[in-house]
Amino acid sequence: MHVIEYITTHKELCWRLTLEHIWIVALALFLSIIIGVPIGIAITRNEQAAKKVINTANILMTIPSIALFGILLPILSLINQGLGKVPAVIALVLYSQLPIIRNTYTAITNVPPELVEAGRGLGMNNWKRLKEIEIPLAVPVIIAGLRTAAVMSIGIAAIAAYIGAGGLGVLIQQGIARVYEEMIIAGALFVSLLAIFVDGGFALLERLLTPKGIRIGRELSR
Amino acid sequence: MKQVLTKAYRFILVLILLLGGIALERFGVIEYLSDPYELHYTLSLIGQHMILVAVSMLMATVLGLGVGIVFTRPRFKKYAGLVMYVVSLGQTIPSLAVIALAMSFLGIGFKPAIFALFIYSVLPIARNTLAGITAIPSWIIDAAKGMGMSNARILFQIELPNAMKVILTGFRISLVINIGTAALAFLIGAGGLGELIFIGIDLMRPDQLLAGALPVTLLALLADYLVELFGLFLVPRGLRLKEKFGA
Repeated sequence: MHVIEYITTHKELCWRLTLEHIWIVALALFLSIIIGVPIGIAITRNEQAAKKVINTANILMTIPSIALFGILLPILSLINQGLGKVPAVIALVLYSQLPIIRNTYTAITNVPPELVEAGRGLGMNNWKRLKEIEIPLAVPVIIAGLRTAAVMSIGIAAIAAYIGAGGLGVLIQQGIARVYEEMIIAGALFVSLLAIFVDGGFALLERLLTPKGIRIGRELSR
Repeated sequence: MKQVLTKAYRFILVLILLLGGIALERFGVIEYLSDPYELHYTLSLIGQHMILVAVSMLMATVLGLGVGIVFTRPRFKKYAGLVMYVVSLGQTIPSLAVIALAMSFLGIGFKPAIFALFIYSVLPIARNTLAGITAIPSWIIDAAKGMGMSNARILFQIELPNAMKVILTGFRISLVINIGTAALAFLIGAGGLGELIFIGIDLMRPDQLLAGALPVTLLALLADYLVELFGLFLVPRGLRLKEKFGA
């Protein structure tokens, strides 16, 4: 296979681009957790606000990724950041909001009310109930949201190569431009494998972070 | 509280529209589109984009529904888990990778693009059809059997209508993804609105870029909205009522 030959001769390039790709996605994911999870928790206190926030995130999600890059480009070039990693990370953060906010919101609203009541009975205040009951029970669902966000981000980051963000999309972009088949296939292969691995990794994390009690309960009910 | 929130939301919406309008003028999009030649060009690209989406979606819907129905029949039911696994694995593959692979195996032009879009759009439809039909409570089907319905009638009068809501969600997701991915079809020589976007990026011309990016966005939002609106008519009235009353 020529593809394998290509990969072995361009080992360093592939490795560097993979790391760059992971770096963009990880940074975006980190920022979107910082923004999304608090919003998701905050809107559980007000149903109306929740509806509006989730609808807005839904609309954002509907915007095609290349179009969003296009819209961000002239706006960000006002501060000289139209191309490169900045618009890519901003777009990824915007896209990741829907899965993260929605999952945080549903996870916390789905915590059985009797557990929260029990917490109140134990004399916990609002903050403590959130910290010790609602968030630990919600963590697996929040992780599921992160999983969706991460897989999606990897795909969109590949497209971001066209606005000069680097990452594995560069292999595909250059490959298409040069009609260099091995390069295209290598790029597509690496991006897909990265997405599949990250998906699997988050699935594992989701299982590990499920509180033991819930896991046992689930196994018994099976 | 509710009113304040609604008002604030509306205010923000109006503000965004206003700023958007000013931005359009400033970046020269309005000027770009008022040139009759460019307008005609943009419209023809919109047409091309819609053809790409329509052809691939039609094929994807037929195959997706077919796969979903076949793998819920008793004879093939045992493979449903496997199909579900393959489909969700396929969905993690990035859209650009699918487009690029289609090019390296099938060459450039309209057909490889249609093929890539079609393959990528089948997945959500097939998954949701499968999930929707599987989720129907068995007592509903037992009741239908008890009334002496044939298998075909159970499928068309019980299973599909009951699963319609889930199937429509799959269709909607698929359509929105398809419209976005069709913008990448330009890269393998199939035209579409991606042409304006990518060339605009290469030339650093915000007017041309936005003349491509805005129609794609509007197309996706409109498609999302229309499917949600007209989808309601396909869902049986009983199921619609149930939702209204929050059961």
